[in-house]
Amino acid sequence: MNNYLIQYTLNLADNALILGHRNSEWCGHGPVLEQDIAITNISLDLIGQARNFYQYAAQLKADGSTEDTFAYLRTENEFKNCLLVEQPNNDWAKTILRQFLFSAYQFYLYTELQNSKNDQLAAIAEKSLKEVTYHLRWSSEWVVRLGDGTEESQQRIKKAINELWMYTGELFIAADYEIKMTENGYGVDPATLKSKWKEKVKTVFEEATLAFPVDSKIQTGGKIGEHSEHLDKILADLQMLQRTYPGCEW
Amino acid sequence: MIETKNITVDQVWTLLENVMDPEVPVLSVIDLGIIRKVEIYSEIEKPPLGGLGVYITPTYSGCPAMDVISMNIKMELLANGFKNVKIIQVLSPAWTTDWMSEEGKRKLKEYGIAPPNPKQQVCKDELFAPNEAVQCPHCNSYHNHRISEFGSTACKALYQCDDCKEPFDYFKCH
Repeated sequence: MNNYLIQYTLNLADNALILGHRNSEWCGHGPVLEQDIAITNISLDLIGQARNFYQYAAQLKADGSTEDTFAYLRTENEFKNCLLVEQPNNDWAKTILRQFLFSAYQFYLYTELQNSKNDQLAAIAEKSLKEVTYHLRWSSEWVVRLGDGTEESQQRIKKAINELWMYTGELFIAADYEIKMTENGYGVDPATLKSKWKEKVKTVFEEATLAFPVDSKIQTGGKIGEHSEHLDKILADLQMLQRTYPGCEW
Repeated sequence: MIETKNITVDQVWTLLENVMDPEVPVLSVIDLGIIRKVEIYSEIEKPPLGGLGVYITPTYSGCPAMDVISMNIKMELLANGFKNVKIIQVLSPAWTTDWMSEEGKRKLKEYGIAPPNPKQQVCKDELFAPNEAVQCPHCNSYHNHRISEFGSTACKALYQCDDCKEPFDYFKCH
């Protein structure tokens, strides 16, 4: 059972770390200064959340693992993040849409996880939810601005929807560790979050004058360690220093 | 070296008033409301710890100041003869700006940062909500607008006063 709890915790941590890392790639490159600061602050929140989950996973594993060994020394197929968060930034519209789709998921997930029978997961969820509420509002407003903005901005966010939609289905398909953790009251069955998430996305898309996509094919695998080639590139960047100079500190 | 049996919790709280937030250096960790508890462990009760435990809670999950704050608390207590100081992070209940002391809010304003409004204005997920009414720390005008929802640190937003034209940081409700 402990092994499932570790995997469940790592899934939460990896989602936050990888999206945090993706957002951090905007640092110094944001379209305007204020939004550069916004996306990197969101990045900071996510990496902070990841640290809390990793620290807990390390405590559970009790084999000398630390938050750093989880982040820097695991290989691609040991990461349990969903495919959505590893998708490349491309342009601002795609980054915004990815953030919105994921924040909406995180918002409903953490709302439920606050009631977990596991005190530490409940505490991290409660803490993180306050930050996620802010991310959700900020990214929703940007979806509306882009969708209901100029012809160019609308065309870009529509393209982003086409590219990202197939990765949203995976969020709501439970991995075996999620099923086990739902059974003992520690975790949340992601399938139960889908209708609320859909409702939220629909409302924001409507305000943004964007059509809600029809269900398309679903890409899965990330949650069980089968990733797209994009994760490789993220890890090459993220882990380069620790791989080159093992144990280095500054 | 101070013997565990002679330590009082009050002594520790007094010393913690000297530990400042590195990013908002007018606020002590007490003003910020991030110290949740101080415990003196007798060495018989808790052999692995001994000494004392300071329970702190982060403002934001990713606040980079937290590591420095933990270290500074340790340094302050060690410098005053306390040994075996253990910093323990607690996440629940989650920190809120309501825990900031009135003294802290006054010091913030004096420093040029608008202090957080009371909690009823805490962030909701509704879109394009009107800006919070914030008082300019320079000229006290409420006539101002938000320039950026995120500011120089995770806990602040950036505003500009329409009367005195000065930009200022607002310590967000959280």
